[in-house]
Amino acid sequence: MALDSKIPPGPIEKKWEYAKAHYKLVNPANKRKYDVIVVGAGLAGAAAAASMAELGYNVQCFVYHDSPRRAHSIAAQGGINAAKNYQNDGDSIYRLFYDTVKGGDYRSREANVYRLAELSVDIIDQAVAQGVPFAREYGGVLDNRSFGGVQVSRTFYARGQTGQQLLLGAFQALERQIGLGRVTMFPRHEMLDVVLVDGQAKGIVTRNLVTGAITSYAADAVVLATGGYANVFYLSTNAKASNATAIWRAYRRGAYFANPCYTQIHPTCIPQSGDFQSKLTLMSESLRNDGRIWVPKKAGDARRPDQIPEDERDYYLERKYPSYGNLAPRDIASRGAKEVCDEGKGVGASGRGVYLDFADAIKRIGRKVIEERYGNLFEMYQDITAEDPYVVPMRIYPAPHYVMGGLWVDYNLMSTIPGLYVGGEANFSDHGANRLGASALMQGLADGYFVLPVTVGDYLAGQLGKKVSADRPEFKQTQAEVEQRISKLVSAKGTRSVDSFHRELGNILWELCGMARTAEGLKKAITDIRTLRDQYWRDVRILGTNEEPNQALERAGRVADFFDLGELMCIDALHREESAGGHFRVEYQDKGEAKRNDDEFLYVGAWEFTGDNSAPSLHKEPLVYEELKLATRSYK
Amino acid sequence: MDLTLQVWRQASRTAEGKFVTYEAKDISPDASFLEMLDVVNERLTERGEQPIHFEHDCREGICGSCGMMINGIAHGPAGGTATCQLHMRHFKHGDEIRVEPWRARAFPIIKDLMVDRSPLDMIIQAGGFISVNTGSAVEANTLLIPKAVQDRSMDAAACIQCGACVAQCPNGAAQLFTSAKVAHLGLLPQGQPERYERVVRMVEIMEEHFGSCTMYGECEAVCPKEISIDFIARMNRDYIAAKFKNRKSEANG
Repeated sequence: MALDSKIPPGPIEKKWEYAKAHYKLVNPANKRKYDVIVVGAGLAGAAAAASMAELGYNVQCFVYHDSPRRAHSIAAQGGINAAKNYQNDGDSIYRLFYDTVKGGDYRSREANVYRLAELSVDIIDQAVAQGVPFAREYGGVLDNRSFGGVQVSRTFYARGQTGQQLLLGAFQALERQIGLGRVTMFPRHEMLDVVLVDGQAKGIVTRNLVTGAITSYAADAVVLATGGYANVFYLSTNAKASNATAIWRAYRRGAYFANPCYTQIHPTCIPQSGDFQSKLTLMSESLRNDGRIWVPKKAGDARRPDQIPEDERDYYLERKYPSYGNLAPRDIASRGAKEVCDEGKGVGASGRGVYLDFADAIKRIGRKVIEERYGNLFEMYQDITAEDPYVVPMRIYPAPHYVMGGLWVDYNLMSTIPGLYVGGEANFSDHGANRLGASALMQGLADGYFVLPVTVGDYLAGQLGKKVSADRPEFKQTQAEVEQRISKLVSAKGTRSVDSFHRELGNILWELCGMARTAEGLKKAITDIRTLRDQYWRDVRILGTNEEPNQALERAGRVADFFDLGELMCIDALHREESAGGHFRVEYQDKGEAKRNDDEFLYVGAWEFTGDNSAPSLHKEPLVYEELKLATRSYK
Repeated sequence: MDLTLQVWRQASRTAEGKFVTYEAKDISPDASFLEMLDVVNERLTERGEQPIHFEHDCREGICGSCGMMINGIAHGPAGGTATCQLHMRHFKHGDEIRVEPWRARAFPIIKDLMVDRSPLDMIIQAGGFISVNTGSAVEANTLLIPKAVQDRSMDAAACIQCGACVAQCPNGAAQLFTSAKVAHLGLLPQGQPERYERVVRMVEIMEEHFGSCTMYGECEAVCPKEISIDFIARMNRDYIAAKFKNRKSEANG
């Protein structure tokens, strides 16, 4: 199937307007006749579910948490970008568009990114109207701060809890619609498959996480907003339950998976401290506004940081990228840290760490201002490490954080399965090969509040009178397959826990498909993953039954899908013989900088599932740059 | 360090529960409380016993999923932290630790340390929002909000809905949770149009599900976000004021 990105005609700044003017509409009296399923209630899901319910559609929203407010959007710390130009520093929609495309190393779709930049300003208005307590100046106006990869201050924030506050805005809008009876909420329900009727998405199959009941739900359209898959690495900054099952099941039913190898390793996380560790904790990128990153110049220097004189420190980001300094984009900052640690200059017991030092900032603006800006982050750091970052520099190291890859969607956020829409981190759409800081919240909310409510309507308008019921054989068939898979896992009765396999898978991917990738390593990773996966299905141990709350069983299904997805990541990384953004192939570099190959790889790589025992097939969506000129990214 | 745990095990809402003793050996002081339980669970799985069920997700202290009574204190002894951010260095070698689920009539047990906290969502459904549909917002900076007001509102908005306040309260009251949302929205100019209807609707649903507040103050002591009990006074004031206001006649001039 040829990929049709459905980019509207006309100049870039008129495309969204054109699209909105040409979408089909549903008559207000007819909207209540349509059922829409939304899976996930993070920023994209909650915003979409609430906004579509406000329009009058019947919405059913499914989450595996006990409450929609638990989604991992809640943990985003630093902020949300918007091209408001409140600081009068030369910002504009065009500049946000340009920064995002450049930050993504010219591997994103221009039209989508421009729309994202346009909608950014509406998001701030919407959030403020809902009561999101963004930080303010003494005069009462909104405050901004800077983030990586840009030279303007366009990031809005609510202390270090911006994701929490934005999610609560969307959650409260959703709860209002639940109270009004326009959204039916299904907490503690995990989606385990999507159901196709005549090739169109018409429902889902879920497992009730309390009773184990497997049930089918029918609707006129399905929206997946189920987040990213960085937990494929086992240790990541994602929440423990974050998983790829919903999008992976959709992939197996015909939705193409785009750019799976584009994963983001975030530069500022607390280093791992032991084998017991269950996750890694992010320290917001906003800290790079005031913190300076350095390592000792001499390898193996074991002196305390305060005993290393200024001229024996290497502020390597400031040295290598004088114009962006510590605010270089994430992929570049992460590779920089890996490089100095590989040279033996890393700090901390493991040698995998660099300093993020606030001493200069405290001298310049005082402890009180630092406390105000980052107080909760400093506390969290101290809770975890038992070190006081006001006195001793923080130690940080890169960790898997976000994925730019995801299900392929067209301009309308519809996947290659008609009627199946994908929003937020779950789709591939806006960030190319590297996402800039404070852009994930922006994208989730743009998709949820402003894009999906109109584009889903465009599809629904053609579905009048085509309602299907969950009694159809397609539902029964899919449900039977879900049940079979669960019983296969439960009956394996092997010797090893789910987590022990997950850790091992994570190690393979971190070592061979992490910050630096080679053809040889990726081939080895693919073989290793296949061997481990075979062992998994034979030897995994899940105690208890399906018919009760069973957290090991929940994880088992997710990890099974991570095996397959991990393999696809490596296949994609192997085929992409260039470096771009977060995808760094050692063979293709220019003295440590990513070296793109626009002649051969200027496309979105979208993979089609062809069966368990056959190789996925690759479809290419060429990336056409009409507005911006392709250039080598430089932050020097 | 080595620890002895006494953990509440209960297979389902209706099953009978009991304390079971487990040895947690060789625990790193840098591990979080939940990572310590992970280690215990791995060993239980090896032995063929079902792991202890507990809720958790972000493990950064912000999602509000986790929570358990640790030696009788919600979220344990450290204070100002959720269970996932409680680290084992707050305990010492040889300690005995009693681990129980949230104790509150409004939160029935689902399994082991997992409880059903859905009545908290019902309070939000009743009025914990500003009624503004997507698309009808005004330009953000047309609304000037004094920094002090914004900061106070943010203090209240920091609530993570973990339920520790309810679990620690001898009455099983949800005043701290409810008042935090009432204050977050009621302090802001955007929240004024619905301020008095909101507090009445939220308080009424709260009273259907939870016990009464008699100002023990234990909620504030265990709140992982250190939300101030002053918000309860503010909610009571708004609630009483609401009873004297007839918003409809006010609208009619």
